[in-house]
Amino acid sequence: MGSLLSACGINIKKKKVQEERHLRANDREFNLSFKYANNAIKTSKYNVFTFLPLNLFEQFQRLANAYFVFLLMLELIPQISSLSWFTTLFPLLLVLSITLVKDLSDDITRHKNDKHVNNRIAKVLLNGQLKSEKWMNVQVGDIVKLENNEFVTADLLLLSSSEPLNLIYIDTAELDGETNLKVKQALTITGDLGNDIQRLAAFNGEVRCEPPNNRLDKFTGTLTVGGETFALDNERILLRGCTLRNTEWCFGLVVFGGPDTKLMQNSGKSIFKRTSIDRLMNVLVMFIFGLLAFMCTILSIGNAIWEYQEGNSFTVFLPKTDGANTPLTAFHTFWSYVIVLNNVVPISLYVSVEIYRLVNSYFIDWDHKMYHVKSDTPAQARTTTLNEELGQIKYIFSDKTGTLTQNIMTFNRCSINGKSYGEVVDFAGQRVEVTEKTEKVDFSWNSLADPKFCFYDHKLVEAVRSGSPEVQGFFRLLALCHTVMPEEKTEGELYYQAQSPDEGALVTAARNFGFVFRTRTPETISLVEMGVPTTYELLAVLDFNNVRKRMSVIVRNPKGKLTLYCKGADTVIYERLHPSASKLMEVTTEHLNEYAGEGLRTLALAYKDLDEDKFEEWKERHHKASTALEDREAKLDAIYEEIEKDLMLLGASAVEDKLQDGVPQTIEQLAKADIKIWVLTGDKQETAENIGYSCNMLRNEMKEIFIVAANTAEEVREELVNARKKMSPQSGDEPPIVKSRFFNKKSQVVEDEKVEGDYGLVINGHSLAFALQKDMQLELLRTACMCQSVICCRVTPLQKAQVVELVKKHKKAVTLAIGDGANDVSMIKTAHIGVGISGQEGMQAVLSSDFSFAQFRYLQRLLLVHGRWSYLRMCKFLRYFFYKNFTYTFVHFWYGFFCGFSAQTVYDEWFIMLFNLVYTALPVIALSLFDQDVNDRWSFQYPQLYVTGQLNQYFSKMAFVRILLHSCYSSFILFFVPWAAMSDTVRDDGKAIADYQSFAMLAQTCVLISMALETYYWTALNQLFLWGSLSVYFVVTFTMYSSGMYLISESSFPLIGIARNTLNQPNVWLTIFLTNLLCILPVVAKRFFFIQLKPTINDKVRHKVRQAKVMPPPHPRKFPRRRISTQRSGYAFSHARGYGDLVTSGRFLRIPVKTRTTLFPHTDSPVAGSTPQTYRTIFEEAQSP
Amino acid sequence: MKNEGEGSERPDNTAFTQQRLPAWQPILSAGIVIPGFLIIGLAFIGIGIGLFLTSQTIQVLEMDYTGVEKDSPCFRCTIQSSQNCTCDVTFSLSTLFTGPVFFYYGLSNYFQNFRKYGVSKDYYQLTGDTKYFKSPQDVCAPYAYDSKSNPIVPCGAIANSMFNDTFELYQIINGTKKQVPLDGKGISWWTDYNIKYRNPSPVNGSFANAFEGTVKPINWPKAAYELDLTDPYNNGFLNQDFLVWMRRSALPQFRKLYRRITEGDYSAGLPAGNYSLTVHYNYPVLSFDGRKKVVFSNVSWMGGKNDFLGIAYLVVGSLCVVMSVVMLIVYAKFKFSDDDA
Repeated sequence: MGSLLSACGINIKKKKVQEERHLRANDREFNLSFKYANNAIKTSKYNVFTFLPLNLFEQFQRLANAYFVFLLMLELIPQISSLSWFTTLFPLLLVLSITLVKDLSDDITRHKNDKHVNNRIAKVLLNGQLKSEKWMNVQVGDIVKLENNEFVTADLLLLSSSEPLNLIYIDTAELDGETNLKVKQALTITGDLGNDIQRLAAFNGEVRCEPPNNRLDKFTGTLTVGGETFALDNERILLRGCTLRNTEWCFGLVVFGGPDTKLMQNSGKSIFKRTSIDRLMNVLVMFIFGLLAFMCTILSIGNAIWEYQEGNSFTVFLPKTDGANTPLTAFHTFWSYVIVLNNVVPISLYVSVEIYRLVNSYFIDWDHKMYHVKSDTPAQARTTTLNEELGQIKYIFSDKTGTLTQNIMTFNRCSINGKSYGEVVDFAGQRVEVTEKTEKVDFSWNSLADPKFCFYDHKLVEAVRSGSPEVQGFFRLLALCHTVMPEEKTEGELYYQAQSPDEGALVTAARNFGFVFRTRTPETISLVEMGVPTTYELLAVLDFNNVRKRMSVIVRNPKGKLTLYCKGADTVIYERLHPSASKLMEVTTEHLNEYAGEGLRTLALAYKDLDEDKFEEWKERHHKASTALEDREAKLDAIYEEIEKDLMLLGASAVEDKLQDGVPQTIEQLAKADIKIWVLTGDKQETAENIGYSCNMLRNEMKEIFIVAANTAEEVREELVNARKKMSPQSGDEPPIVKSRFFNKKSQVVEDEKVEGDYGLVINGHSLAFALQKDMQLELLRTACMCQSVICCRVTPLQKAQVVELVKKHKKAVTLAIGDGANDVSMIKTAHIGVGISGQEGMQAVLSSDFSFAQFRYLQRLLLVHGRWSYLRMCKFLRYFFYKNFTYTFVHFWYGFFCGFSAQTVYDEWFIMLFNLVYTALPVIALSLFDQDVNDRWSFQYPQLYVTGQLNQYFSKMAFVRILLHSCYSSFILFFVPWAAMSDTVRDDGKAIADYQSFAMLAQTCVLISMALETYYWTALNQLFLWGSLSVYFVVTFTMYSSGMYLISESSFPLIGIARNTLNQPNVWLTIFLTNLLCILPVVAKRFFFIQLKPTINDKVRHKVRQAKVMPPPHPRKFPRRRISTQRSGYAFSHARGYGDLVTSGRFLRIPVKTRTTLFPHTDSPVAGSTPQTYRTIFEEAQSP
Repeated sequence: MKNEGEGSERPDNTAFTQQRLPAWQPILSAGIVIPGFLIIGLAFIGIGIGLFLTSQTIQVLEMDYTGVEKDSPCFRCTIQSSQNCTCDVTFSLSTLFTGPVFFYYGLSNYFQNFRKYGVSKDYYQLTGDTKYFKSPQDVCAPYAYDSKSNPIVPCGAIANSMFNDTFELYQIINGTKKQVPLDGKGISWWTDYNIKYRNPSPVNGSFANAFEGTVKPINWPKAAYELDLTDPYNNGFLNQDFLVWMRRSALPQFRKLYRRITEGDYSAGLPAGNYSLTVHYNYPVLSFDGRKKVVFSNVSWMGGKNDFLGIAYLVVGSLCVVMSVVMLIVYAKFKFSDDDA
């Protein structure tokens, strides 16, 4: 997308001139005169002609390539050129062409995507007929028909819709990340057109509006129809990227197309993420440049001294060129050595790293065990530059709904009149786990039952069919006391639209157990009770809110009996029970605890029979209260309170918020890997806590779980400090900050504080808002980071990002954010690594993520296996790469002291050219692709292995210094052993061997062979590459130095005969052998001692693996743990206020009763009424601190 | 991205894509490392002894004849700048110097490995390409043209600085000098003589004509085509001494093969006795503090005498053995435990 801006660059410039957009509906000729962009989009960077020049231009802007070019130019200066130009040109060409190919394939993908989007089909009104047209052919001024769940084609002016009042509902998730449905309404003048094609085709309204811009929330313009002018605002505009929901059809007039749409104007701001190793690498490369300059300076000083002492007198055989004095030659020498030592700057590193990362990303894409069969979704590495960071994650920020949970509620257990149902037991009375094989209850006796509903306890069905009044009462309550909207498309096929999935689950349960909620009007509720249609008169709905934590309905049954049915949080209900229910209460409480212990969401259910007289009197007052102008809410609450007392307990229900598969196990594994998990959810505190328990984040073994729920800033601070002091009494008041400056970038890093034992922290939205304020955020950070798991409830998308940013900024740790919804986009983008859950509806999270897969549980494989391996490989790769280049180059440094600092190379030019490209490229790449310390099973068995990555143990500045020293040692050996062995010696036939070329040959052979690989995991390919590279070396060497090549070109292959004259000497081989062993043995010895004396976790596990010989069993799936806890979720209605108003609203009647095919038939009321914010409570509440 | 209407996205299940390639995973366990070190150590000691003993059997006789000291025989040649100075260096052998004996000259503090020196030659000239006779490559400067702008053949600093001392060796038997025959054939590499260097084709039957229009290198007393007038196969660029010189040394102290002593009475070596070496002293080295020497040496299977390799093998071998003992102690004492992995 980054290319987008540049691609549109020309357009944007044009638009500056354009001050107003003017278009006429159904008049292509008129609109074409303005040359507005049509609806085709282009995100690709290049076309056939611009590809080569543009791409090359971009490539030369990179430091590495610029450096190559600089070297190339140096090599063309005869005074300086110590190497032929081709030694640089060929690697440069190779690097350029590899990048070229990669960019090409990327761009082809973009072209394909563009094509895919451009070729989507839209229904366009053309010449009085609706025709299918490709998106890219849609023009400004066309009228387009959209149907339910279709993407909006372009930025449209809404003309008419199928819904009353010309309303439509759209989902803007892909655009701004908000998941709630939004309402748009057409002007009446256009709304009257309906779906009358003739009239639409004749419509010739003219639109004048603002030029294209990227403001999503603003639109100004006018529509002129038949001489009358209407103002247009954002309410009338449908933006590209939205999806039409709950609306059968609508018509729109294209205002902005393709690149002019607000979606496209907004894209292109993707943040380029870099890994910490990237940054370290850049620092090191800078350092290496310094080192290079340092070495060259030393050598040029040496040269000056040499010239002064020797060179001036050696003129007999090597006269000075005219005008060359000592300082000048020293200056030349400096640059000559820059050329000779250029390999110390690992320029090809960047290319190799790219290859390594690409293939490791493919390994993620290819992983069978991260492929979700049900949704046919493989894992995907969308960003291919972050792999090794996956092995260093310290903090995971997770969304809850859709990520940890499936957002599916199932009616799981219930307690009716002191009897608990829903548990599956075997013959011995032992509890058994529900598997796919467990026999389901057969609901075929109930023709209206929902076939998807599963229940496993047969006793409950028996009870309800045998007519037990309590059980029937229980389900009657569930069928009556709710605000669900039914929809019956065809006879007997019921769909429920519930405000919260919990409620849907309960009503569905009642439906299956024979109490089918069928239709409702504002005054009645019709059930089918055990096959008998029954209609209740709905007298009042006492709706849910956050304070009441309960809802009630008052109904009159066909026999005229008045009953109040109430369901709500157990604590709330218990306070209002009739004293006679205390015994039942005890038993039920036991059951409730049991359910809560399993992580179920519970509700207590109660009823009360009412007197006609009392009710009438109450109703009067209720009416008064509900029409009061002041304090209506409070007055209503008080009225409700009056009647909701002396309730009779019916029982309790338990709804399971279904976790995604394997979530608790994954969290346990990640916790073992010392990864801290923070759940950031929009849910209420109770719900979030509950999920925390059921997915193993909060555990009873934890020493304490702190709950921060305060209302003022000071209280929040106090609670945070108290919690911290409790965890670590000696922790000081001032945060342990390590300040550092790097390239003028100040950073404050809060150090980790040691804590004994595990703690948990739950913080609610209000408190979080305070805690995130500037003066308190460090306090929050300190406390939260001491805890093993943190749950933040009622968090807005913005706060999610703030929390992530806070940790990212002040902790030297790598963060990962995982989520599925559009509200997670901000945090996914903020975190070092963003993971999107794919395979579900919303794509926005995935689109902005770096990695995506279908299930949360794949996270452990991504981190513990792929991440760990990638990190391991990357570090080994870097260590080896630096080592090999340093060692190779330092030999020249030593040689400088013996050749008058003349920048004479030790190796021949072909070797220099091919060393990085051919001889050592493949083994090191094989290492970085295939190396693994232990296989995946063992990685799961020992999640502790992951810790090394978090602590940066494999590659750091220290490691780099060690490599540097090691290289000094190796290069010393590589130079001085051959030096000593060769000086004054001759061949076994007395002929020369100590000549320069033989020495070069010997040194280079030593260098190559002694690049002992650090491989742990020798696959056939590693072996092939290693031995292959060596053989290639010998083959190439013998070829290059052969007579045949010499005859082709004398000057290019001057080293004729060296190979055969040198490598047939036993002492040469003995020298090679000695040199190699001297390079390798100390390393082996050092490692041996470290393994024996200070074994790392890695060594230990490898040792164990060696001993075990058998693969560990795949991880057992644990039976969900039972928890004895008083922590219990409250009211199951997790999200917001119900539809109470709506259900009883008089407005409801205005809607013609017809068979409606829309999904949300009632949703007109929030718009027409005064409470459009109903959907947004989560955001609104948490945002106002 | 998932494309609509496509089949299964299931990735391939192969050992490669699933990273399950069979592999050999060596581990540095005591059972391998300690015996390994011991075996390597012992082997090295064995090789070292062999090398050292072999090196000891090689006889080397080195004589510096630069003439720095006043009492050295060649001192007088250093002060007088005249050409054709000769001096006699005498030496005696107490035992037989086993043959075949190789006769080297050696130079020190001489930077044949200096980069600008090293590049100062024209490959094309040296392969007999007469095009380049007329216009030598720039790298030869300042030895590409003489002061009158005549092209130099062979051009460049290497050729120009060719070593031009010559030697005659006499055995003194009862006061009379008996010349030891010196064999100058085949002292260069076969590849150099047969492939790398080639003479220009004779013009009008005369080899010298091929060099027409060129001048000899400035320091040379005679032109390339006059290097050995007695033997056409040892003349021009294929002159053995020239070839030996052109194989430039890697280090500032080096020796180059001058002659072999393989013929006549001396095929078995130089018998014990007194010898006199007549030096035709031409090559100036004192200006840059260089030294000249002659070296007589024989060779073994491992080439010339070099004690370093043998000693290095012995030292490294012993270190390995010591290391293996240390490792054993460490292993026994701190035995790697695996309780707490």
